[in-house]
Amino acid sequence: MNLLALHKRLEKHTGLLIFGILFVASIGGLVQILPSLFQESLSTPIAGLKPYSPLELVGRDIYIRESCSVCHSQQVRPLLAEVKRYGPYSRVGEFVYDRPFLWGSKRTGPDLHRIGGKYTDVWHRLHMLNPRAVVPTSIMPAYPWLQSRSADADGDIEQKLRALRWLGHPYSDADIETATEALDGKTELDALIAYLQMLGKSAGGQQ
Amino acid sequence: MSATTISSHPTHYEDRIVTAFTMCSIIWAVLGMAAGVYVAAELVWPALNFEQPWLSFGRLRTVHTNVVIFGFGVSALMGTSIYSVQRTCHVRLFAPELAWFVFWGWQIVLILGGLSLLAGYNAGKEYAELEWPFDIAITVVWVCYAVIFFGTIAKRKIAPIYVSNWFYGAFIIVIAMVHVVNSLALPVSLTKSYSLFAGAQDALVQWWYGHNAVGFLLTGGFLGMMYYFLPKQAERPIWSYRLSVVAFWAFTYSYIWAGPHHLLYNSIPEWVQSLAMAMSLILLAPSWATMINGIMTVSGAWKKLRTDPALKFIVLSLAFYGLATFEGPMMSIKTVNVFSHFTEWTIGHVHSGALGWNALIVFGTYYFLVPRLMGQPLHSRAMANVHFWLALAGVMLYVLAMWGAGISQGLLWLSLDDFGEVRYSFIEVMEAMAPYYLLRLVGGLLFFTGAVLMAVNLFMTMFNGQTVRVTPPIAAKSGGH
Repeated sequence: MNLLALHKRLEKHTGLLIFGILFVASIGGLVQILPSLFQESLSTPIAGLKPYSPLELVGRDIYIRESCSVCHSQQVRPLLAEVKRYGPYSRVGEFVYDRPFLWGSKRTGPDLHRIGGKYTDVWHRLHMLNPRAVVPTSIMPAYPWLQSRSADADGDIEQKLRALRWLGHPYSDADIETATEALDGKTELDALIAYLQMLGKSAGGQQ
Repeated sequence: MSATTISSHPTHYEDRIVTAFTMCSIIWAVLGMAAGVYVAAELVWPALNFEQPWLSFGRLRTVHTNVVIFGFGVSALMGTSIYSVQRTCHVRLFAPELAWFVFWGWQIVLILGGLSLLAGYNAGKEYAELEWPFDIAITVVWVCYAVIFFGTIAKRKIAPIYVSNWFYGAFIIVIAMVHVVNSLALPVSLTKSYSLFAGAQDALVQWWYGHNAVGFLLTGGFLGMMYYFLPKQAERPIWSYRLSVVAFWAFTYSYIWAGPHHLLYNSIPEWVQSLAMAMSLILLAPSWATMINGIMTVSGAWKKLRTDPALKFIVLSLAFYGLATFEGPMMSIKTVNVFSHFTEWTIGHVHSGALGWNALIVFGTYYFLVPRLMGQPLHSRAMANVHFWLALAGVMLYVLAMWGAGISQGLLWLSLDDFGEVRYSFIEVMEAMAPYYLLRLVGGLLFFTGAVLMAVNLFMTMFNGQTVRVTPPIAAKSGGH
C-alpha cells in the first residue's frame, strides 16, 4: 500500500481533494461530538430546575448583550479550592435551559455560577451602578444605563418564551400570557439582578 | 508602468482585487489592534469605560476579537489566496465578478457586524457573536469564495494542485462546516436568536467550532500563506514534499478532535475530555513537522535575513508558530489545565499565536507582496526594519506579562492554607494583576505602533503605483512542477 501514490491522485483532482478534506475533517466531530447531542444525561434537568422566569430571562439576555461572560465564568470546577471559594461544583443538569451556555473561558472577575443569594439586591444595585463604591479596587465597568431602560423595552418577551417552548422548555400558556405583565414597572437592572440572584440555586442546597 | 487604467482583460491575473483585500485588511488591522489597546487600557484604568455602553469592556473586547480575526485575518487570507491560487494554477481567476461580490459582501458584513456588536446584538458564543442575519450573509459570501477558489483550481493548467492550495482549501471547507453547525439557532426577532443547542451540548458544539476556527482559519489558512510566500521569498523550493503531505493530512484529521480541551474539568463527559487531551498532544507532531518544513526551506537562504525585512518577519512568525503549537498541547494536559484554565495565560497563548504567528506572517507577506503588486519599490526599508523590532518587543512583552499574570492567578486561586481554606480572596489576586496589565498595555502599544508604521509605509508604496498587469506563463504543459 502506497499512501503517497494515493495522494498523487488526490492532488490532481479538485473534487477528490475537496471530498478528501471534508471526509478526514468530519471524523472527529462524528465520533466525539455527535453522540453527545443524543446523550440524554446531558439534556436532563437536575431535580428542581425550573426554566427562567420572564424577568430572569430578560436579565440573562442583558448579561449576553453586555458580554459579561468574557470576564465572568459560570462553571465551578470539581476542585477543592474552587468548591471552597465558590460553592458546590457545577452539574451538567443545571444548564439544560441555557441557550447559549455561558460557562466562559476567562475569570477577570470571579465565577458567578453560585453568586445567587450571596449578596443583597441593594449590594448588586450599588455595584452595577458604581463597582468601586462597594469594591474599591474593582476594575469592572459601571452599567448606569441599565437603570433607565425598561425591562420590556424590546417588547418581545412573549416571542422569546414561545421560541424557547418550541425548543422544549416547559412554559405553560399561562406563563406566556402573563409574561409581559411580569415585566411591568421593572428596569433592566431589576432583570439582571433577578437573574444573578437565581444563579446556581438549582443545586438543591447541596453544600 | 504607464498610467493607463487597468482593464479586466481576460488574459491577465485578476490582481486588483488582491490590492483591494490587502488595503482593507491593513485598515482592519489598525482598527482591531486599536480596540485591543483600548480594552487593555480599560483593565488598567476602568474610568476609560466612560459609562458608555459601546465603550464598555465587554462590547469593545468582542469588537476587538471579531475585527482582528475576521477583518484583518480573513481579508488577508482571501487576498493572498486569490493571488497565489492564480499563480500556482497558471490561470486567471475563475468568475472575477463573483470575486468582487465576495470582496464587497465580506467588507459590508464586517462594517455592519462591527456596529451591531457595539450596539449589543450578540449571540453570546465566543468568536461567533454575530447574530443570525450575519451568519446567513457570511455563509452566502463564503460559498461564493469557495466557488471562485475551487473554480480556479478546476481550470488550472498545471496537473498537481500545489500544497498552499490544500491548506487554503481546507480552511475554506472546514470553516464553512463548523460555522454552519455552530450558528444553528431559532430567531426571535431580527436581532435576537436562541441557540439550537443548550447547556453542555451547546458548549461541545461551540468549542468544536471555536477550536477549529483557530485550527483551520488562524492555522490552516495561514499555513497556506506560508507555503506560497515563504518559498517565494527564500527563492528555494519547499524542503520536503513528503513531509508536507503527511503533515497536511495529519493536521486536517487531528485538529477537529481537540476542541473539548477548552472544557477540561467542566460539566462534559470525562471520555470526551481525555480524548481531546490525547488528540491535542498528538497535534504537536503535524504542527512541528510543518514548522520544520518551513524553517528548513529558509536554510541556505539565511543571508537574505540581513537584507530582506519581509523574510525576517516570516521566519520569526514560524518561531512563534512553533512556540504556540507547543504551548497549546501543554495547556491541554489536564494537570496543567487545572492551573491555566480561566487565567491570563490563555490570553497570552492566544496572542503568542495571533500577534507572533498570524500578524507577523501577514506583515512579512505584505512587505513582499505590495511592492510586487504595485511595481514599485517599498516606500521605506528603514521603517520596515523599525516595525520588525517594535513587533518583536511588543509581542514578547505581551506574552511574558500574560505568562506571569496567568501562572500567578493559577497558583494563587488554588492555594489553600493550613486549615484547608482558600488563602487569598479573589480581589487580592485581582489586585496582584495590576503591574502585569500595565506591562501588557505597553507591549500592545509597541505592537500597535509598529502596525501603524507598516500601514503608512504600505499606503505610501501604493499611492506611487497602480496594480501591475501580469499574464500567466503561456503554454505551460501539464505534468510539470
